[in-house]
Amino acid sequence: MKILVYIQQDQGKINTVSLEALKGAQEIAAQTGGTISALSFNSDVTSQLAGYDLTEVLLAEDDKLNTFNPLFYLKALEDIAKAESPDIIVFGHSYEARDWAPRLSARLDIPLISDCIGFKKEDKLTFIRSIYQGKLNSDSVVNMGSFIVSFQSGAFRADGLQSGSAEIRNVTVDLSGVSDSISPEEKFQEAEQAVDLTQADVIVSVGRGIGKEENLAMVRELSKTLGGEIAASRPVVDAGWLESSRQVGSSGQTVSPKLYLALGISGAIQHVVGMKGSKNIVVINKDANAPLFEIADYGVVGDIFEIVPKLISGIQDSQ
Amino acid sequence: MKICVLIKQVPDKDSSLNIDDDHLTLVENNITWVSNESDNYALEEALLLKEKHGGEVIACTLGKDSAKQVLKDALAKGADRGIFISDSSFENLDILSLGKVISSTLKKENFDLIMTGLQSDDQGNSQLGLILAELLNMSHGTLVMGTEIMGDSTIKVKKELEGGWFQWTKLSLPASISIQSGINSPRYATLKGIMMVKKKPVDEVTAGDVSFDALEPKVSINKIYVPDKTKETQFIEGSPEEISEKLVEIFKNDIKVLN
Repeated sequence: MKILVYIQQDQGKINTVSLEALKGAQEIAAQTGGTISALSFNSDVTSQLAGYDLTEVLLAEDDKLNTFNPLFYLKALEDIAKAESPDIIVFGHSYEARDWAPRLSARLDIPLISDCIGFKKEDKLTFIRSIYQGKLNSDSVVNMGSFIVSFQSGAFRADGLQSGSAEIRNVTVDLSGVSDSISPEEKFQEAEQAVDLTQADVIVSVGRGIGKEENLAMVRELSKTLGGEIAASRPVVDAGWLESSRQVGSSGQTVSPKLYLALGISGAIQHVVGMKGSKNIVVINKDANAPLFEIADYGVVGDIFEIVPKLISGIQDSQ
Repeated sequence: MKICVLIKQVPDKDSSLNIDDDHLTLVENNITWVSNESDNYALEEALLLKEKHGGEVIACTLGKDSAKQVLKDALAKGADRGIFISDSSFENLDILSLGKVISSTLKKENFDLIMTGLQSDDQGNSQLGLILAELLNMSHGTLVMGTEIMGDSTIKVKKELEGGWFQWTKLSLPASISIQSGINSPRYATLKGIMMVKKKPVDEVTAGDVSFDALEPKVSINKIYVPDKTKETQFIEGSPEEISEKLVEIFKNDIKVLN
C-alpha cells in the first residue's frame, strides 16, 4: 500500500488538518504495512516534514505553485500521481481541498471518499463518513484500484504524529500548458472581527430552533445573565438575525469556553467542529435525536421557549 | 446566459431517520422530502442572474420518481424548464460515476454556467460541481458567496475561505460554481408561478439515453448506522422549573460559571 499525502500550506506554514491527515496515513500504514510519501510545494514545509516518521518527503517547486490556484495544483498532482503511482492519495478536508480534490478525482478517474471521520481495517480498508448532517455514519469501501481520501478536521490528532527522519526528494512537474481560466485575486476580510468569541468563558449559542428573530431577545437576556456572549450556528446568521462575527463553526470561529450552552442547535458537523473543544457542553433541544447530544456533557430534551425564561429568573434569584 | 442548476432531493432536517433491516437504506414512510438547502440558494442566484442579464435557467435533478417534485418547485419559482435523470441502475452509484451520467446528459446543452449547492444534506460528498467542471472542461469556483458577470466571457465569484477570509476569483466561462448558503434570500413560489409549472417542459433521461456504459460503483457503502456516543451525557428531566433549578446548580457547582 503506497500512500501519498498532500500537505496544504500557506507561506510555509502547514495547515493543521493536513498534519492530522498525515497521522491518519501513519495509522493506515501501520495496519497495512504501507509506505508514506508526504508531498508539499514549499521547501520550508518539506524541511519540517523530514522530521516525521515517513518513507520519504516529496518536494515539487514552481513559481506557479506559490499560492493556491486549483488548475495549477491539479496539474502538479496529476503529474506526480502518474510518476509515483500511489494506491491512496490523502488530503485534509479543508476549504482548499474542496476546491480541487474532487476535480483531481475526475481527472485521474479514481474515486474520492471525502470528509471521512476515520477508517477501520476489516477485510478491506473501510472509511467512515458522517452523513445526514451528523445523524448517521456510513462505512465505505473502494471496490477496485487506487483512490483519494480526505479526512475531516479532528479525525486524528496531529500531536500523535511519530517523529523520525525522512529524505527529501525533488520531483518535477510541467505546468506549461495549464489554462489561466481561474484567476484568484487577493484574499481579504470583510470587516474587523467585531466579537472575539474565543476569549469568552460562557457562550450561549442559538440555532434554527429559535424560529424567528424576535425570539432572540430571551437568548440575549440569558447570555447577559450568565455574563456570556451570544453566538449562533450558520442558519441564524444566514437569516440575518445575528452578525456573521458571532457564527461558530467551520466558516466562523472555533471556540472552547468553560460553558457552551446550545439552544435549538441540531449539531450539523460544520457547527460541531467549531465548538467540540468546549470544556462543558449543555444542549437543550426538543428533538431527542439531535446529533449535538452525542457530544453533550449535560442534555435537556425540551422546549427552549419554556425552559429559557425559567432559567433566566432562576439565575437571577440565585445571585 | 444559459444556466443549469442542479438540485437534489433530500430528507427534511426534522425528519426522523430510521434505518431499514438491510442496514443500508432508510425507512421512507417517515421522511418528508425537500430540495437540498444550499441548492435553493443556487437556484435563487441563477434566477437573479437571469433577471439581470437575460437567458435561461434549467433545473436538473437525478433521483427517484419522488425527486420530480424538486423540479416542479424550481419551475414554480421561475426556472424555464427541467431535466429529470432517473433510472434504478443509478441508485447505488458513487459520486464520480453519477458525475459521468450527469455530464453526459448536460454536455449537449452547452451551458455557460452550472450551479450547484455547496453540499448535499444527505451524503454530503461536496464533489459534483467540480467533477462536472473537469468532465465538461469548465473553470470552477467553490463556496461562492457573491457573483458578478463581467462581459460575455467572465464571471467573478466571491469565494468564502476559512476563518472569515474571502477571495474574489475571475472565472472564464463556461464555469461550474458551488453556492454557499446565505448568499441571497431564496424566494417562495407565487401562485402564478405554480400555475405555470404544467406549461414548462421537463425532459426525462434514463440509462439508455446516457452515452456511458460502465455503471459499476467504484465505491460501495457497506453499512449505515447511528454513531456511537463519544461522551457520557447526563440528561436532566422534569418540569421547566425543575430543569432550570438543576441547571443553575450545575452552572454554580460543577461548571463554576456562576458565583
